[in-house]
Amino acid sequence: MNGAEYIIKFLENKGVDLVFGYPGGAVLFLYDVLGRSSIKHILARHEQGAIHGADGYARVTGKTGVCFATSGPGATNLVTGIANAYLDSVPILAITGQVSLDSIGRDSFQEADITGIAMPITKHTYLVKDIETLPVIMEEAWNVAKQGKPGPVLIDVPKNIFAESCNFSEAVFTPLSRKIPNKNNLAEQLSKVVKLLEKAKKPLMFVGGGVVSSGAWRELDKFIQLSKIPVVTSLMGKGVVPEEPGGSLGMVGMHGKPAANLALSNCDVLLAMGVRFSDRVTGNPNNFLTKTPIIHVDIDAAELSKNVETVIPVVSDAKQFLESLIKAFQESKIDININLWLEQIDKWVVQYPLEYKKGALLKPQEIIEEVARQSASNSVVVTDVGQHQMFVAQYYPVKGNRKFVTSGGLGTMGFGLPAAIGAALGRPGENVNLFIGDGGFQMVVQELAIMAQYNLPVKVFIINNSCLGMVRQWQEFFYNKYYAHSIFTSGPDFIKLVEAYGIKAMRLAESKDVEEVVNKALTYNGPVVVECIVDQEENVLPLIPPGGKPDEMLGRWHGETHISRIG
Amino acid sequence: MVRHTLAVLVENQPGVLSHVAGLFARRGYNIESLAVGETEDNTISRITLVVDGDEKVIEQVTKQLNKQVEVIKVNDITNEPSVDRHMLLIKVTADQVARQEILQLMDIFRCRIVDIGRRSLIIEATGDEGKIEAIIQSLKPFGIKELVRTGKVALVRGSK
Repeated sequence: MNGAEYIIKFLENKGVDLVFGYPGGAVLFLYDVLGRSSIKHILARHEQGAIHGADGYARVTGKTGVCFATSGPGATNLVTGIANAYLDSVPILAITGQVSLDSIGRDSFQEADITGIAMPITKHTYLVKDIETLPVIMEEAWNVAKQGKPGPVLIDVPKNIFAESCNFSEAVFTPLSRKIPNKNNLAEQLSKVVKLLEKAKKPLMFVGGGVVSSGAWRELDKFIQLSKIPVVTSLMGKGVVPEEPGGSLGMVGMHGKPAANLALSNCDVLLAMGVRFSDRVTGNPNNFLTKTPIIHVDIDAAELSKNVETVIPVVSDAKQFLESLIKAFQESKIDININLWLEQIDKWVVQYPLEYKKGALLKPQEIIEEVARQSASNSVVVTDVGQHQMFVAQYYPVKGNRKFVTSGGLGTMGFGLPAAIGAALGRPGENVNLFIGDGGFQMVVQELAIMAQYNLPVKVFIINNSCLGMVRQWQEFFYNKYYAHSIFTSGPDFIKLVEAYGIKAMRLAESKDVEEVVNKALTYNGPVVVECIVDQEENVLPLIPPGGKPDEMLGRWHGETHISRIG
Repeated sequence: MVRHTLAVLVENQPGVLSHVAGLFARRGYNIESLAVGETEDNTISRITLVVDGDEKVIEQVTKQLNKQVEVIKVNDITNEPSVDRHMLLIKVTADQVARQEILQLMDIFRCRIVDIGRRSLIIEATGDEGKIEAIIQSLKPFGIKELVRTGKVALVRGSK
């Protein structure tokens, strides 16, 4: 058995049925075996499309995404996607080809030190120098990607290792002596958590991507029913608690919902689970909830007290934590009375709804609301990065675990389209609604070929404002309305461009047509791209200016025409 | 800011040191000194790190180190009773007249002369940081030609 055969066999044994990739010289042996195997290969049109595809696939399925690329440029084209998966803790196994061992270090053709390049953006990288170590490396890499806080792992395999034969059953393995990195202090911290919550008059739960990846949504729902403690989410936690009356108050942070941000800044105990208190949530971390005791639960000990001070740090998987907490609440019959707090929050929800004004020009929010209204609740929603992403976070209520895919930490433009393809492949038979700007769309337009090839039911809504909306907005607010290089003065005819790929294209430019066009797109069998011509000057509000506190939101309140601080 | 001494056991493999050093670089921690070498078990290396930072920084450093796949164990031995040593090789200008004086000085510090040239001496010294600094200061007036020193190595004392 040669190295390539071993790798493919290994992946088959792990239940991998789909890989994303792009062949090239150094991985020819691997592709030779892959082509004859049971594994389906999605040929991206750029390696970036392959890794984002694997990422989207992993996010909706909960499985590890697998991605292949060749040495040198193939491997370096993965870099953005690896960093993206790293910041959002998505399990990915990237296997790259490398030049043969005897050519390494000679600046050979298509040689790049990808293990060195990827080191700070992966959980771990491996360079296979000896074929006998391949089984150990594969097994460990597979585990590292999933274990604890998930993330990307890269294995760099020199060309000759793919080709070399080895009698693996007789090969001497170094036993896996490596530690399992997860400490757990749940048992000693639980009673403190219960005590603090019991006394709280205004408790709040703040949940993020960690709850999604631990699959704790049932436990979370049960605990919400039991305790009645209200919930806000981070962008990554969107959907894990249904966004409906009685469910999540919505996203907090820079462009969060007013009621959610007000709840955050007024709570007296914050129970944070699977979040990392990113700067989009905290603003200046030194000013963030300085007087509120924070309980922080995370599977990764390094997240605790990294950005904000925590009174009770709990190293635990969210699911395990919630199970124990539910048990503790039931056993000691804890009944916290927080009705006043809930009434206050209800008032905020009514008092400060999200607002936008319809006008002569189409608004992005109108389209997003209509797509949400007409879509089945099990549709997956994918976004790219920018204004439309925030509008979706605000106006598209997501109801369900792993139904919302977005580039949260890295903010990668060009993520949306390939990730939607990955999501559609991971959830066959379900519609995938993708919102993407005209900027992001042009970064990865080539991946439309895959949508056409597999007739994937991806409904693409290009929110076309002929500019880089979020950049433009910041220039308007903070750079004296000097719009340096954020306005597109030329661009393609999107309809023709999409049709050139053999995909149905529609244009939407007027409010009166929204309902009909959205309906046509959602009920069409196969991929559709709807180019939505929207108001260039629409801004994402509310907005917490850089360094501000959660309650320092700027917005238009109660139909005001000017922007003011809340309150 | 307090200096902390961390004893980090890692797998003895290529790339481990760059993992550890890279971690410090990208998270913005300062390494004061670093010494690495094989341990009694040749599959394991020990990195002795001296890091500048308050308790919060050290806590983060420790947690981040612990996350690395090849890191086996991290011990903060700053407050443990321990023996620590630096090593110094120093080449000093030494003509016939100065030589005698230097030899006397080095006797006080219990250093060894390891090379004699026509106009210079190489002195080998081990000790804690204070002693090494004192030796360097005492030799400065003679003219230091070259100097090389290791980072700190340290072991926790055996229980009494």
